[in-house]
Amino acid sequence: MIKYLIQFGIILLASFLGELLYTSLDIPIPGNILGMLLLLLFLLTGLLKLSMIEDVSNFMLKHLPFFFIPAAVGLITSFSLLEGKWTALVFIVVISTFIVAAVTGITTQVLIKRRKSDE
Amino acid sequence: MNEIISSLVTFLIASPVFGIGISLLTYYAGSLLYEKTGSPFLNPLVLSMLVIIALLASFNISFDDYNRGGRFISFFLGPATVILAVPLYNKINLLKENALPILAGIGAGSAAGIVSIMFMSRMFGLNELVSISLIPKSVTTPIGIEISNQLGGMSSITVAAIVLTGITGALLGPTVCRLFRIRNKVAIGVAIGTSSHALGTTKAVELGETEGAMSGLAIGIAGLVTVFLAPILANLLL
Repeated sequence: MIKYLIQFGIILLASFLGELLYTSLDIPIPGNILGMLLLLLFLLTGLLKLSMIEDVSNFMLKHLPFFFIPAAVGLITSFSLLEGKWTALVFIVVISTFIVAAVTGITTQVLIKRRKSDE
Repeated sequence: MNEIISSLVTFLIASPVFGIGISLLTYYAGSLLYEKTGSPFLNPLVLSMLVIIALLASFNISFDDYNRGGRFISFFLGPATVILAVPLYNKINLLKENALPILAGIGAGSAAGIVSIMFMSRMFGLNELVSISLIPKSVTTPIGIEISNQLGGMSSITVAAIVLTGITGALLGPTVCRLFRIRNKVAIGVAIGTSSHALGTTKAVELGETEGAMSGLAIGIAGLVTVFLAPILANLLL
């Protein structure tokens, strides 16, 4: 039990350090993203071992969608804002998803092929 | 008897236990259903969202009443974002072999996505608040919420758009790849992960090991790339 509390404490600390960095640096990168980058840096440099946060991280990652429920339910407060716009919204979301997939895939494929033909 | 029940209900709704309890209950039911059916439409988040919204609307319970408990759950969004470093750390070795093609692909795709969203939003006459909220819709939810807040959007609209994006990717990602003749396994994985995050990745995993791994890698990188791209493009195009 204590092990999990310590692991969660380390994760909270990274989150807090990120927020601290955000407030003191005045850059347009959200604090928790800075926390994520810090954690990645700690792991890559070996300052932090994966085993020191692994159990709690894996548990949270497995049930990640649970933490989004209140944000998703908050949609109820935006209903008036979205009135008459639902079809447009679905259209934009679906089409832009296709565009992202196509542009990403084509770019990656072309560059991999070009590099292979250079060799 | 009825009076006792109604005062009990009032007491329950006034307590944070209501929001937390209803979230746990619907998520649990959604998880069971998703396990049974495997349909991307029936994922636990979609189910919880729809059931709770229907419940609040039909019994005239305000979002604030729900959120008295809900905000305890939302507190974990911070740690949930931070731990995305773990899967990225586990997969970062995959980047070694094709770093430039993968990074360039994710960058180009994410930028094209943002530009297309802003263009179509204008075409349909969406107001600025809504279109800003759609900008981070291809990235993983915790990062999407952070970007939406940073840009001044409505994070709830962002979450709904992210979920719909994930469902679209899970259903149609492989078809889009076939349509555009994307046949390289690395490219397919990166395309699906960048366009439709974890939900799309469940489909990429079914296509094959390389596709699944690359899709997983792309989730974290696309999220970070969008963090940097979104404010720049939003400033340029608004």
